[in-house]
Amino acid sequence: MFKRSCALAVLTLLCSGTAHAQMKLVHSERSLVREVLVYDYAGQRCLCFTRECRLGRQSCEWLNGSHEFTMGYARMMLGASLYMNPDPRRILVIGLGAGILPTALVKVLPEAQIDVVEIDPAVTKVARRFFGFKDNERLRVFEEDGRKYVKRAAREGKRYDLIMLDAFEHAYIPEHLLTREFLIEVKSLLAPGAVLAANTFSSSRLYDHESTTYAAVFGQFYNLRHDNRIILVRPDGLPEAAIIAARAVQLHPVLKPYGVEADLPDLFNRKPDWDTKARVLTDQYSPANLLNQ
Amino acid sequence: MLIRILICTLAGWSGFFVMGVELLGGRLLAPSFGSSIYVWGALITVFMLALSIGYLLGGRLSLRAPSLAKLGVLLLLAALTTLPVLWLAGAPLDSLSIAWPDPRWGSLLAAATLFFVPTVLSGMVSPYCVRLLVEDAGRSGQRAGLLYFVSTFGSAAGTILTSFYLVLWLEVNQILLTLIGISVLLAIGAILIGRARHV
Repeated sequence: MFKRSCALAVLTLLCSGTAHAQMKLVHSERSLVREVLVYDYAGQRCLCFTRECRLGRQSCEWLNGSHEFTMGYARMMLGASLYMNPDPRRILVIGLGAGILPTALVKVLPEAQIDVVEIDPAVTKVARRFFGFKDNERLRVFEEDGRKYVKRAAREGKRYDLIMLDAFEHAYIPEHLLTREFLIEVKSLLAPGAVLAANTFSSSRLYDHESTTYAAVFGQFYNLRHDNRIILVRPDGLPEAAIIAARAVQLHPVLKPYGVEADLPDLFNRKPDWDTKARVLTDQYSPANLLNQ
Repeated sequence: MLIRILICTLAGWSGFFVMGVELLGGRLLAPSFGSSIYVWGALITVFMLALSIGYLLGGRLSLRAPSLAKLGVLLLLAALTTLPVLWLAGAPLDSLSIAWPDPRWGSLLAAATLFFVPTVLSGMVSPYCVRLLVEDAGRSGQRAGLLYFVSTFGSAAGTILTSFYLVLWLEVNQILLTLIGISVLLAIGAILIGRARHV
């Protein structure tokens, strides 16, 4: 037995090699859905859903207490959403991750009430224990499927000034959260002047289908492409580039500690750069994961 | 020989049909109940339970004057009782999920409402086929093995084709209608041949 475990240890070392040498597994939380892993690596703490953490890392934060977002998409989501709507009072975030975005929103917007929907209770647990996520009356977490929450909230007549959709992983997209019907349900939750910000993908065939689906429901939208893709929607009309630029200057002191770059407004683009004939995704036709190969 | 091939085809197709419908069931439940593990658990439970009951009933039915035509009728009924699924998904499922907010029991009830009856009927097909294939007790194990092979192979084919390709080409209801259509054609073929040849 001892011999065997020795052999196993050697094998693991050999296989993992030097690249993983500094990656330290801090915690592993089993859930109904998957394994939620916490790694420390290069001064950062990351939440991952796969053992091969760099492929599927969800969100990270600095171990030295800095608020700066380590991931580009989070900077884009925070900055761009607030350029679109600088003072949202009621916010819905679908997909908690390590809780980094909601935590920043609570600090940046002292008047805001934030509701977060997370399907996996293990993620909430890990966010609280390892990422300093604190929920309270202003920051509530609802543990259920995003689609179910949206449907119920619509029935109850809830309205939000900002909705952030951040429920996609690289390995798996919940397909029922990327259909025309779902977006129509989300739209019904938007208060006058409200904004929807979705963190999605910038590559693969899915790009075209995702674009035509958003266009079918919302018409024009801002499209920010970097490593990820952020879609920004405002059903009551998109703000002009000059307004975006002015708000970026105005908000810079508040958002700078989070790493939001001053040149973020340059990424705002509303010209379609996709195949406008791509089939719209619906509840009847939603092969998002197959299209994302 | 021809009849034996036909019986095996019906059993294999029935396996294909069941798994195709089961996978699409996940698609149909997701907008109302989400796509958590509960929903898949509820769906698989309903299908397994319905199949198990179908096996019992199919075996029982095979005691009374078994015929190819009756096998065709079973397949036909399984297809026709799947038709309501085309209209029940959507708003009716939303109402059900409002009435039953618990994600586990709600999706179990929904899966049972949509799929229990057709899957019981599909489950009846396999033991009924065994009865039609077995001529003497000495070869009964071999024939039953052949039947398990074709029906489970059909299930595997139905699973991979539906989840890898069909959902990429067609809408859920279009796939369901195609599956139902093929079942109806095979069933009518079996009924006509059974009647003509008195098997």
